[in-house]
Amino acid sequence: MSHSKWKRLWLGLLGTGLGLGLAAPAMADWALNMPRGATAISNEVYDLHMLILGICCLIAIVVFGVMIVSIFLHRKSRGVEPAQFHHSTKAEIIWTVIPILILVGMAVPAAETLVRMEDTRNADITVKVTGYQWKWRYDYLDDDIGFYSTLDRASNAARRLNSGIQPAGVDNYLLDVDNPLVVPVGAKVRLLITAADVLHAWWMPDFAIKKDAIPGFVNEAWFRVEKAGTYRGQCAELCGRDHGFMPVVVIAKDPADYAEWMADQRSAAGLGDEPGEALAATPVAATSVAAAAPAVDGEREIDDLVAMGEALYQQHCAACHQADGSGMAPAFPALAGSPVVTGSLDEHVGVVLKGRPGTAMAPFGPQLTDLQLAAIVTYQRNAWGNDTGDVVQPGYIAAAR
Amino acid sequence: MSTAEHHVADHAHDDHDHGPAKGIMRWLTTTNHKDIGTMYLVFALIMFLTGGTMALVIRAELFQPGLQLVEPAFFNQMTTMHALIMVFGAVMPATVGLANWMIPMMVGAPDMALPRMNNWSFWILPVAFTLLLSTLLMPGGAPAAGWTMYPPLVQQTGDAFPFMVFSIHLMGASSIMGAINIIVTIMNMRAPGMTLLKMPLFVWTWLITAYLLIAVMPVLAGGVTMLLTDQYFGTTFFRADGGGDPVMFQHIFWFFGHPEVYIMILPAFGIISEIIPTFSRKPLFGYESMVYATASIAFLSFIVWAHHMFTVGMPLAGELFFMFSTMLIAVPTGVKVFNWISTMWRGAMTFETPMLFSIAFVILFTIGGFSGLMLAIAPADFQYHDSYFVVAHFHYVLVPGAVFAIMAGVYYWLPKWTGHMYSEKLGKLHFWISTISVNVLFFPQHFLGLAGMPRRIPDYNTQFADFNMISSIGAFVFGFSQLLFVYIIWRCVKGGEPATAEVWESPAGLEWTVPSPAPYHTFDVAPEVK
Repeated sequence: MSHSKWKRLWLGLLGTGLGLGLAAPAMADWALNMPRGATAISNEVYDLHMLILGICCLIAIVVFGVMIVSIFLHRKSRGVEPAQFHHSTKAEIIWTVIPILILVGMAVPAAETLVRMEDTRNADITVKVTGYQWKWRYDYLDDDIGFYSTLDRASNAARRLNSGIQPAGVDNYLLDVDNPLVVPVGAKVRLLITAADVLHAWWMPDFAIKKDAIPGFVNEAWFRVEKAGTYRGQCAELCGRDHGFMPVVVIAKDPADYAEWMADQRSAAGLGDEPGEALAATPVAATSVAAAAPAVDGEREIDDLVAMGEALYQQHCAACHQADGSGMAPAFPALAGSPVVTGSLDEHVGVVLKGRPGTAMAPFGPQLTDLQLAAIVTYQRNAWGNDTGDVVQPGYIAAAR
Repeated sequence: MSTAEHHVADHAHDDHDHGPAKGIMRWLTTTNHKDIGTMYLVFALIMFLTGGTMALVIRAELFQPGLQLVEPAFFNQMTTMHALIMVFGAVMPATVGLANWMIPMMVGAPDMALPRMNNWSFWILPVAFTLLLSTLLMPGGAPAAGWTMYPPLVQQTGDAFPFMVFSIHLMGASSIMGAINIIVTIMNMRAPGMTLLKMPLFVWTWLITAYLLIAVMPVLAGGVTMLLTDQYFGTTFFRADGGGDPVMFQHIFWFFGHPEVYIMILPAFGIISEIIPTFSRKPLFGYESMVYATASIAFLSFIVWAHHMFTVGMPLAGELFFMFSTMLIAVPTGVKVFNWISTMWRGAMTFETPMLFSIAFVILFTIGGFSGLMLAIAPADFQYHDSYFVVAHFHYVLVPGAVFAIMAGVYYWLPKWTGHMYSEKLGKLHFWISTISVNVLFFPQHFLGLAGMPRRIPDYNTQFADFNMISSIGAFVFGFSQLLFVYIIWRCVKGGEPATAEVWESPAGLEWTVPSPAPYHTFDVAPEVK
């Protein structure tokens, strides 16, 4: 039996009982209920949710109804004599069999939807999604571009403890990012989801997708957005201190706008018009894939490095070590005046490249380019009164890798 | 007959059957099931208030958007510790305490079968929780990776890590010893004539619970030991970079974790099955089907664990299997609810505090059951999973579920323990405040989850502000109303109207044949069960 037949069967059964209780449109404004979402699958999931909710409400009305009637009629204060019956095989069989039939009726449409959700074949676009503490990275595998997606600056400023900034005054508080995932409307987008450090989960309610990002594993999911627009979600698997601050934002553009956006991205990354030229390009742009060949940059001036380093520090380091390098002892040590940051350059670069196992300090070697790391280390060694005067060049990082 | 008389006569003069020792040593060295039951219950109450205080820190921070009170790292410590304390420190010890007090009296035994081990299994617990709570003062703070302790995040725990693991080992050892004791007592020490199918349902549910405990606590201990060796001894069970599998921990954890939820709820089913017949003045409907339903639930609890993990990326066949097996649990659970209602049907009900809590249990636990059924539907679970909908679901089955049943049991047997009636007026007040506030607290969380709010976050978008504020208000009312519960118990211990042996109007069970308060030693001579 097809999904729609099941739906009609159930709707016929439920129609009268649900008319008053579940006025979905009235609820929508109050965000009481699951969103219908923007894909065919998310609509199916919504229907399934309403179906099961409806069945549960009907059963609840019957069961609690009997109970409440009993509470009113069969009370000692009304002078009733208690009956003494205590067994009925017939009743036990009836209330075992009926629930099984109802469950079968729920299981069939649920299984049908599940089969469709898991079918990731014939995708038009594949994007690799990588969870980091605490940001996402999107790599467009067919187009050789990729970028990090972190909490937007306004939310990031407002969300500090006692920041004094009212969340109500921030647009899309905690649900906005600097670089959203951009996809074309109507295309089947396949996501390959993984993580670099701990577990995360990529959740987009409007697409009915929630999939864990697991280090060492690649999970698949897919969606086909029907309507252009901006869609917002969040990380759904506890991933440490800033779990609540790594939103998921997807912008669905019309195919022509998407092509234009992609062309801009590729030219910003120093790529040509055709995919497949990535390896020839130098990974200098902030959006380029980090793990490419060693950089061949020349020497940089300290001012350039510090300026670039400050921006990168705010993006990648400040969540733990704080914007002013004061850290949050003891889990997240201060960098201002730190013996590592003001001491041996080798050790400092080593920690940044390889991380500290067993702590939240991630290895940034695989995440950032030599130039970016050189800029961050140079900034750290000269900011907040550290004033070591050290200048770290990309070649030094390349040698240390 | 003559032996019994002789025995009773002895008591008046003989030192052999003296009362409890005096002072602190009574409690440290006691092997008396009633003393140990009392200590379990008092310990559980202290932990309930401790874990509740942490819940109020969480709800205070979530009162409005933005961070006002605590850092996110500390918030995560609160959610983790709240869960560990409530599960292992409050609900489980409370049901073990009730088992200690009631099972020997219900089966007509003089004490638990292994009294010295009984003492040991209790006194391990304060040690375990001292270790766990001490982590709050350590560098890096308490564990903050959730009570589920998923690697790799849990490997980022600071000095608290080995303390967390060892405290869980100790809690597991305590639970296993308690479970062995309960099984041996029930199997060997029943009064003559008490066949298995004449046992009170509370005894039955605890027998099955004890087997669950023995089956799964070692699995948890193994899982956390593997975490420990991954952390300190270079193994890579769960480390992908060494060829291990972080998801394997989730399978191990939930193979423990799902039976664990029935470990918390089956004794509650038993308590409710004792109370509803008493206040309906009618025998329990479908006694045998209740026993079989309990056993079916216990069996199914071993083959549904991966429904906690639908989003980890299982094969389709795995998702279908765990979806169908999970839905099946609704059948025996439904049988239980229908039997309770049939017990009430055409009874002659009165509504003393234990009955009020039991009726609230049936309704509110069933609501938690409905949301559980919704969560079983894998495609919809992709939306519900790790959202506030899940938080609402498991709090419905645990707070107005397990905790309400424990409170119902405490009110029901308190006169038997203390020899005094508690204040019915205050008990009803406690019931109504708790029941209203617990719904204000948890019902809006369904809406939050459906609208897209993830769990375990310290701050949220302003669209979630209204329901979070309502929920927090409910939390504070519920939390502080439990001080009333403490006061009612305290007053009942100190004095009050003397209770008769039966306490209630012709309740069933051997515990009502001994005087109130129950003497220090009961059933030195086994009663005859017809």
